[in-house]
Amino acid sequence: MPDAPQERIEAAVRSVLGSISGDLNGRETLLLGELEGLGQEIARAKREMAALQTGGIPADHIPVATDELDAVLGHTAEAANEILDCCEGLESLARDLPPGPAAAVAAAVTRIYEACSFQDITGQRIAKVVAVLKSIEGRLGQIGERYGATPPSVITPANQGRALANGPQMPGVGTSQADIDSLLASFD
Amino acid sequence: MDKSTPILIVDDYRTMLRIIRNLLKQLDFENVEEASDGSEALVKLRAGHFGLVISDWNMAPMTGLDLLKEVRADARLRELPFIMITAESKTENVIAAKQAGVSNYIVKPFNAETLREKIEKVMAHA
Repeated sequence: MPDAPQERIEAAVRSVLGSISGDLNGRETLLLGELEGLGQEIARAKREMAALQTGGIPADHIPVATDELDAVLGHTAEAANEILDCCEGLESLARDLPPGPAAAVAAAVTRIYEACSFQDITGQRIAKVVAVLKSIEGRLGQIGERYGATPPSVITPANQGRALANGPQMPGVGTSQADIDSLLASFD
Repeated sequence: MDKSTPILIVDDYRTMLRIIRNLLKQLDFENVEEASDGSEALVKLRAGHFGLVISDWNMAPMTGLDLLKEVRADARLRELPFIMITAESKTENVIAAKQAGVSNYIVKPFNAETLREKIEKVMAHA
């Protein structure tokens, strides 16, 4: 019994073709045409997959891309911490200012703190991209050997935290703070 | 609200810990400790006497949701106010956190006013 899915399909096609004898009616002719077409599609897909030459992608390109993204993460963290250093310096200086200007500096510094959370968000987005690249790397390594589907992972109480950790959503896709407040209130 | 309440902030991004600490400082909360993931936080919570936890979700090895479940399963910690601050904004995440016993939920990016409002709300019910 052939192991690979495409080989099983080919064997099934050959078996059906071999079982047909004598004159064909319209329905059988249609079926035969479909089966021949399917066989040609499988052969074409096999040729294309063999010609893909994906070796360099998992070996070189993806590791380089993930290293580059790690570097982006490092640089943004460094920049964010520099900004925070400056803000903390400004807060120290603001203690010697009159109340009005001190409040203005404090308000500006607060906005900078809020804006600096970009580093966390971008970091999580980059981590998602790296995870996708690593997944592609793994799939490319398998291509040509087998084409089976991966079974979906099951969420259990033990892995729920990790399984639901999706990271930041694209703008307009996630739930807003107002919607979250409403949702939580609905439990009370 | 008692501004001397000991607060534990939990996040695996050092920058984020620093931002939250500074925002808390501006809200006059100076008694703040940090942990870089759920496991470290749990050790600190069991060893100390905190009045509030502010935790990220997506951390390794122990996520914020797992930390929340551990806290709610611990007889001494189960009433501890617990705010999740996270980029996880899917409805299923909010529901999972609520079912696990979260006190309030803040989605990143957030602002100082949202942080102040949620802390006041949670501490009023503590």
